[in-house]
Amino acid sequence: MLSISNLQASIGDKQILKGIDLTVQPGEVHAIMGPNGSGKSTLANVLAGREDYTVTNGSVLFEGRDLLELSPEQRAAEGIFLAFQYPIEIPGVSTTNFLKTALNEIRKYRGQTPLDAVQFLKLMKERMKLVSIDQSLLSRSLNEGFSGGEKKRNEIFQMAMLEPKLAILDETDSGLDIDALRIVAEGVNKLRSPERSAIVVTHYQRLLDYIVPDFVHVLYKGRIVKSGPKELAYELEKNGYDWIIAEVEAV
Amino acid sequence: MNTQDYTPFKDQLLAAFREGEAHMNGAGKSAFHQLRRSALQTFETLGFPTIRHEEWKYSNVKTMIGETYGFDTGTALTAADLPQLPIPNLNGNILYFVNGHYRADLSQIVSPVDQLQIKSFADAQQTDAETIGLHFGRYADFQDSAFTALNTAFASDGVFIRVPDNKVVTEPIILRFITDSRQQNIAAQPRNLIVVGRNAEVNVAESYRTLGSGAGFTNVVTEVVMAADARMEHYRVQDESDRAYHIARTQVSQGDNSHYHNATITLNGGFVRNDLNIVLNGQYCESFMYGLYMPNGNQHVDNHTLVDHAMPNSQSNELYKGILNDRGTGVFNGKIYVRPDAQKTNAYQSCKNVVLSPDAAMNTKPQLEIYADDVKCSHGTTTGKMNDEALFYLQSRGIPKDAARTLLLYAFAEEVVAHIKIQPIREYLEGVIRHKLAI
Repeated sequence: MLSISNLQASIGDKQILKGIDLTVQPGEVHAIMGPNGSGKSTLANVLAGREDYTVTNGSVLFEGRDLLELSPEQRAAEGIFLAFQYPIEIPGVSTTNFLKTALNEIRKYRGQTPLDAVQFLKLMKERMKLVSIDQSLLSRSLNEGFSGGEKKRNEIFQMAMLEPKLAILDETDSGLDIDALRIVAEGVNKLRSPERSAIVVTHYQRLLDYIVPDFVHVLYKGRIVKSGPKELAYELEKNGYDWIIAEVEAV
Repeated sequence: MNTQDYTPFKDQLLAAFREGEAHMNGAGKSAFHQLRRSALQTFETLGFPTIRHEEWKYSNVKTMIGETYGFDTGTALTAADLPQLPIPNLNGNILYFVNGHYRADLSQIVSPVDQLQIKSFADAQQTDAETIGLHFGRYADFQDSAFTALNTAFASDGVFIRVPDNKVVTEPIILRFITDSRQQNIAAQPRNLIVVGRNAEVNVAESYRTLGSGAGFTNVVTEVVMAADARMEHYRVQDESDRAYHIARTQVSQGDNSHYHNATITLNGGFVRNDLNIVLNGQYCESFMYGLYMPNGNQHVDNHTLVDHAMPNSQSNELYKGILNDRGTGVFNGKIYVRPDAQKTNAYQSCKNVVLSPDAAMNTKPQLEIYADDVKCSHGTTTGKMNDEALFYLQSRGIPKDAARTLLLYAFAEEVVAHIKIQPIREYLEGVIRHKLAI
């Protein structure tokens, strides 16, 4: 589904990704862990198409297509979704209105007929249940005055509405208490299927108690320095990153 | 030197005044005309302002006064031309002024006369001489304003509105000022007087449009006087051509416990200068001022506002927003005076701008002068670029960049437009704004 090879990216003069190789098959969940500043969020944002980053080398194929050629909106329409670490507040645009526009733009791209107001509301009601989000929140300005938990829940709600093939969760657990974390994780799990994949970027292992990954990768200084099964996350939780860093520096 | 002494346009105006005076017969001796003559002298002395004049620092009238204009009696336009000038579909009093002159044949007045007295300013000089004598020129002082002096000197037509005490005018009033420049450049100087009685209520929308490709010079003065407990919604919608030069002054005087709500929406126009001055002469007044301007191309929009808190316990609230593109330029100058007597004043002012192009520019200047000690006043101005984070967020959800940009700018503008309470006008404006933003 997703095939990243030797991906290098920089912001300004600073190189952040120094050669990432990663393959994600349909249905797989990959966790990307690593210390602060290792490039986890950069990887997530580069995949979503943020223009602040320049890709200097490497390739990313998504279902055989060159992802790096596509605009952020085309990537979304192709089935990529980024759940933001810091969802932005947009005054004057309600979640409902914005999501209806987004969904119908994606449908247009795929050659599907747009949903009318009734169909859209029906879908919305159904997906709201997945993340226990309140209707009143959705008719307010997007994320404006939302608590941290409400913002993250709104991200997962949007994901449930847009049904991506590849979801990228960028530190979705940050700033969440344990109850909010559980709700968000349950939402993600309900959307898991043999066709859908996810990349879960996180600093801590605790999210992975709820969203159980197939693979865990450790990112350090812009490279994946260690990969393993889900047990690797427990090891990191227990021993921290220092032993891996020591391993890498010793080479 | 702060003024431009000699221009062909100034000469043309002075000559036109004298010619008009020659045909006046006995009317030239009236108090009304004496005021006009005095205004002309003031204009002659002041001359048109240059950019060395503090209030005109960023707004250069040189191109405007470099043109010559015809003075038309307003007969050019016919009913067949109206479809080119669409308006919101609503039931209301709709009055047409073509090149500054009232056109009864195109207009409709639906409100009963016990609710609303509305007529041309020209007619009102005969029928309502006493009311005009009481109010005309009493609020819009021309001693320090060449354009107000000029308008006063040429005051002959426009609208006269009087709402009797305790009357609610249920239907809105739409004043349509059309510059028909299909044959020639046009100068028009409408003069409006709106008198709202005690505990009376009225909604007035002024709309300015252009027909034709000639230059248009509009210099309009509107005086609004509100008695105690009066309520008024007052909208100004400017959607003129790139060759339109528009100078507008709105002078409002509020009595005790009155509520005045103004929205000034500048959709299009080559050179626009709006002065909105509100004097709170009573206690427990409320004044709301909303503004939206979106110059693109080479357009220039200058909004000067002044709220003068002369009495205690009143409240004013102001929000102006601008979207500037291409080489468009804007000015916001917001003055708030709180006089020594005006204790317990609440006054808020905010001006927010988005600059979309490196060649566009915005100049903002809040000016607060507070002479009372027990007041709450605040002001803030922001001018920034398009929010790239917000843009990326919307794109990442599948919304194409252009549509995302329009969505964000529209939301920015909507915060102002939402305050227009007449639904058909608001919806009409939303459509026009959406269209302009999508270009």
